[in-house]
Amino acid sequence: MIELTQIRKAFNQGQPNEFWALNGIDLAIEAKKVTAFRGPSGSGKTTLLTIVGCLARPTSGRVKLAGDDISGLPERFLTDIRRSTFGFVFQQFNLIKGLSALDNVMLPAFPTGRPHRELRERSESLLDRLKLAHRREARVEWLSGGEQQRVAIARALVNDPKVLIADEPTANLDTALSREFMGILESLNAEGRTVILSSHDPLVVESAAVDCVVSMRDGQLTRD
Amino acid sequence: MNAWIEKQRHLIDFTLASLARRRTKNFGLLLVYTLLVFVLASVALYTHALRQEAAQVLKQSPEIILQRMVAGRHDLIPPGYIEKIGRIRGVQAIEGRLWGYYYDPVVKANYTFMAPAAEAVRPGTLTVGPAVARSRGLAPGNTISFRAYSGKLFSFTVAGVLPHSSELVSADLVLMSEADFRAFFAYPAGHHTDIALSVANPLEVRNVAAKLAAVLPDSRPILREEVLRTYASVFDWREGIVLALLSAAIFAFAILAWEKASGLSAEEKREIGILKAIGWETGDIIKMKLWEGGLISFTAFLVGFIAAYVQVFRFGAPLFEPVLKGWSVLYPRFELVPAIDSLQVATLFFFTVFPYMAAVLVPIWRAAITDPDAAMRS
Repeated sequence: MIELTQIRKAFNQGQPNEFWALNGIDLAIEAKKVTAFRGPSGSGKTTLLTIVGCLARPTSGRVKLAGDDISGLPERFLTDIRRSTFGFVFQQFNLIKGLSALDNVMLPAFPTGRPHRELRERSESLLDRLKLAHRREARVEWLSGGEQQRVAIARALVNDPKVLIADEPTANLDTALSREFMGILESLNAEGRTVILSSHDPLVVESAAVDCVVSMRDGQLTRD
Repeated sequence: MNAWIEKQRHLIDFTLASLARRRTKNFGLLLVYTLLVFVLASVALYTHALRQEAAQVLKQSPEIILQRMVAGRHDLIPPGYIEKIGRIRGVQAIEGRLWGYYYDPVVKANYTFMAPAAEAVRPGTLTVGPAVARSRGLAPGNTISFRAYSGKLFSFTVAGVLPHSSELVSADLVLMSEADFRAFFAYPAGHHTDIALSVANPLEVRNVAAKLAAVLPDSRPILREEVLRTYASVFDWREGIVLALLSAAIFAFAILAWEKASGLSAEEKREIGILKAIGWETGDIIKMKLWEGGLISFTAFLVGFIAAYVQVFRFGAPLFEPVLKGWSVLYPRFELVPAIDSLQVATLFFFTVFPYMAAVLVPIWRAAITDPDAAMRS
């Protein structure tokens, strides 16, 4: 579904502090599977996720989504693809403080211009499914870490994306909450969604829910 | 089209929620901004209404006033001048006028004494301006005495008080009969203060003035339009003085508003990054911030302008009245007729709302074009 060919990504290119975060990545990510990127800090996992999820463009190389080359598309089209194809769960959850859980879930769908009632019903059903119906009007800063992550998952799903991307999803969770998260991932995968995540947590990468583990070090893929 | 409307609705919903989240900052901004618009709109509305009022009142005055000059100073019109003018084509009426100033030591104020041409005031009686009536507590039927410059005391009966509608220019007026006027000021018989000419066709006024200057080279014709222009420039000057005096405060307000509007907090920048990451376009974020800026600035403009309108036309502009209206000692008291100049409103709107929108837009645009992957790294 997603093919990466000779992906390289530089930061501060041409400056004295130039840094190559990714250095020649060739990878094919299968649809409807759970793929995990594993590696130490600074190995390039997050950078690779940003390129896969159209949050950033590679410095060189090609990204193909369902056979279409999207690496050279202008920002506007990339945003369109990002909004309709990918849902993101960030390490720090990145919820908007001061807004309710429900408002946060609805946010990614605002630019689509979907009718308000339909959007609200969809968001409420997602919160209900993630056992947060009773907290939907609560401001997100009042929620626990686990609840915040479930709000972040609901937000990632509001536009019904085919691919869910999670960056270090269990980094801020205890073991019980981490297991709960993996359970949610499994159910989403069972619905036919592709899940791509980065982690160095053995609980995640060694989970039975993960179909494929990609190991990384120094911006390159390594063989295990 | 429906999707576009829904999208704008979502953006406005989010904008309102954002404004409510930063309640203190936004309320402070709204307050400062409203005050700024209020001050500027008050001055603009008041001076415009004054100009209108003056123009309205002066509509009744003669088209040309002829004054005799001696050594560059205004002098009395000697007998025979009116006859010298003779018949000039276009002049409907010629009338010698009698008026002068009188200092009343009781209230320490100057009055304008005048003898109207028509026998409107009977000998021994006066018709007084509203401010004179107020300051001396006069009502029709009262008797009042004035000591003439000669030292002689004259007593008059008040026959009436002039209407409020013309108070801006008649506040200090005292009308008396010609005989009383000449006796009171020891005015030489046959002399006049100036000559008033009525000209029916406004296009003829300048020609008539040129003919007058030719017939009476020692005289100066003063046109009504010149008087109007003088009034206008006096009010403009006063408006300028007020704005100059207030400029420091206005600048301070404006800088504060600019600072508040253009400063993006780290939290706001973080939120913009998040919105971009979850699928908002740069344009959506700019639109959202434009709605935010628009809501604040338009509300401030509306509230400030309405408050200024109420202050000027309902309460008589107590904040700026003394300096804008101006009068030697006797302050005219009158109800201003609401007059709004659409160009003035548009100018005020342009100079208050647009800079604010620019102040909001530039930093947002800078923040909105940052890469969406920043959210992943925060």
